[in-house]
Amino acid sequence: MTNPTQPLRHHHKHCDDIFATAEAQAHAGEWAGCETASAKFIAEMEAHFATEEQVLFPAFETATGMSGGPVAVMRMEHAQMRDLMAQMVVALKARDRNAYGGAADTLLILMQQHNVKEENILYPMCDSSLAATVLDIGGALGERLEGRCQT
Amino acid sequence: MHPNLSFEQAPPISVPFRFFVTAPWFGAAAGLLLAWLGADALASRWTSGALALNHLLVAGFMLQATCGALLQFVPVAAGGNVWRPRLVAGVAHPLLAIAALLLAAAFLFAARALFIAAAAIFAVSIAGYVIVVGFALRRTPAQGPTLMALRLAVAGLAVTAVLGVAMATSLGSGGSLPLIEITHVHAAWGLGGWALMLVMGVSYHVVPMFQLTPPYPVRLAWTLPPALVAVLGLWSWQLGGDAAPWQQAVLLAGMFLASVYAATTLVLQARRRRKVGDPTLFFFRGAMGCLLLIAASTLWFGADADADPRAAVWIGMLAIPGVFVSVISGMLYKIMPFLNWLHLQRLGGPGTMPPNIREMIPERAMLGQMRLHFAAVALLLLAVPLPSLTRPAGLLFAASCAWLGVNLAGGVRSYLRFRDRIVAAGTTVAA
Repeated sequence: MTNPTQPLRHHHKHCDDIFATAEAQAHAGEWAGCETASAKFIAEMEAHFATEEQVLFPAFETATGMSGGPVAVMRMEHAQMRDLMAQMVVALKARDRNAYGGAADTLLILMQQHNVKEENILYPMCDSSLAATVLDIGGALGERLEGRCQT
Repeated sequence: MHPNLSFEQAPPISVPFRFFVTAPWFGAAAGLLLAWLGADALASRWTSGALALNHLLVAGFMLQATCGALLQFVPVAAGGNVWRPRLVAGVAHPLLAIAALLLAAAFLFAARALFIAAAAIFAVSIAGYVIVVGFALRRTPAQGPTLMALRLAVAGLAVTAVLGVAMATSLGSGGSLPLIEITHVHAAWGLGGWALMLVMGVSYHVVPMFQLTPPYPVRLAWTLPPALVAVLGLWSWQLGGDAAPWQQAVLLAGMFLASVYAATTLVLQARRRRKVGDPTLFFFRGAMGCLLLIAASTLWFGADADADPRAAVWIGMLAIPGVFVSVISGMLYKIMPFLNWLHLQRLGGPGTMPPNIREMIPERAMLGQMRLHFAAVALLLLAVPLPSLTRPAGLLFAASCAWLGVNLAGGVRSYLRFRDRIVAAGTTVAA
């Protein structure tokens, strides 16, 4: 049986790929392509955050009675990543390659650290605590994200 | 359920940074010493100059940087709670620095009292460090090949230190230990069991993360660290007396493992999804290239390595400035700006916009220093067959290490400048 959080892991990789495209285009000064890729990247990231914040985290908190702790840290890191994406948008508008690259570089490390923590610690916790519930969380996550990975 | 989930275990920024800003100056000192001593120092690995230079780099530069990095890495990436990190760093950092200087001076001036002093300080500081970090690594609930490699690396540091302290004590007290055999084993554990093991474990974690590469193959990641320990165990057989003829096969097995790691890393980096390169990637590639060159050189020298005393100097140049100084420099350029950003962001709270990581240390400065470093490594290697190049090679290496030191100090200044700005704006949320 696949874990309920599998769609989230899959979607992490999808976001990474679009990030790499956006960053490479900014680096090459191809701003039109960078604009498209950045918009797509931010839309995917927001869809991912929303899925976690609206579906996974509440389900986990209900199943475990645990509020704050790891989920609060994940929410805080989402906010940090949103700040950095906003910096990327400002740099994109200004066609400032250095500022875009710097914000993207910072975001990449933060994002990867965040993903490692989720994939190695939080998601396994969610998978085991949600296994006992009758809710089809895996289905809900898949419905929101799996289709997006095809685009 | 995960028994001890702690996301917020990062130590105060001063804990790793005090080690990081110190490390490069040992490299600068080693370069200047080489320039001062000249070609005679590199006639063999056993000259007093070579031993002093070597220990400025391994017990100075490398030990400082790796001990500092591990105090950050163990809690954040391996989930281990380090007991009172500020105190551990406050004691270990100056003691390790003093011990490394004393040891280099002891070799240089053949001063018995200095050997004893260095041995005593290393014994206390490394024992304390190994116990604290080893305990954190033992108790962490995390799992995986990175954790296994880190545990083995700390054990490797302990073995290296025990042998080193025994030899320094013997040199200081006129003892009669078989120093040549112990040195072979001590160097193998230090470079292979501690430094390479640590780099492997950290690579498993950061290579995919920084460049969006595929992960290391699982079976390989689990196999390499214990295989390396097995090779080192067989290599240590020579402590019992003369080296057996099969020791050459053990050496080649060790080189094979190192090559597999280096080649895998290069292949993964070639398959990275991230298209944009950065100084960390280039430093890593240079280091892996040098590691492969060590294996190729060992094959080339074959059993004749003992015939030419300069063969070991060549290997040492490849291993220490080539592999470890390179990979450490690359990692420092990534870790330090990101820690700056993270700590400033947490200090200021939500909505704070600290400068991004490229504004902490300018990329141009990092790339310039990197080019100088690799030029210095090339010249150091050339100085092995062409001794007239020794002094310029030493000066170039000193300059590249000093530039690294200046770049890292600039990173600290950036942190302090923006920290003061946040504090002055009164938006601090956490100390």
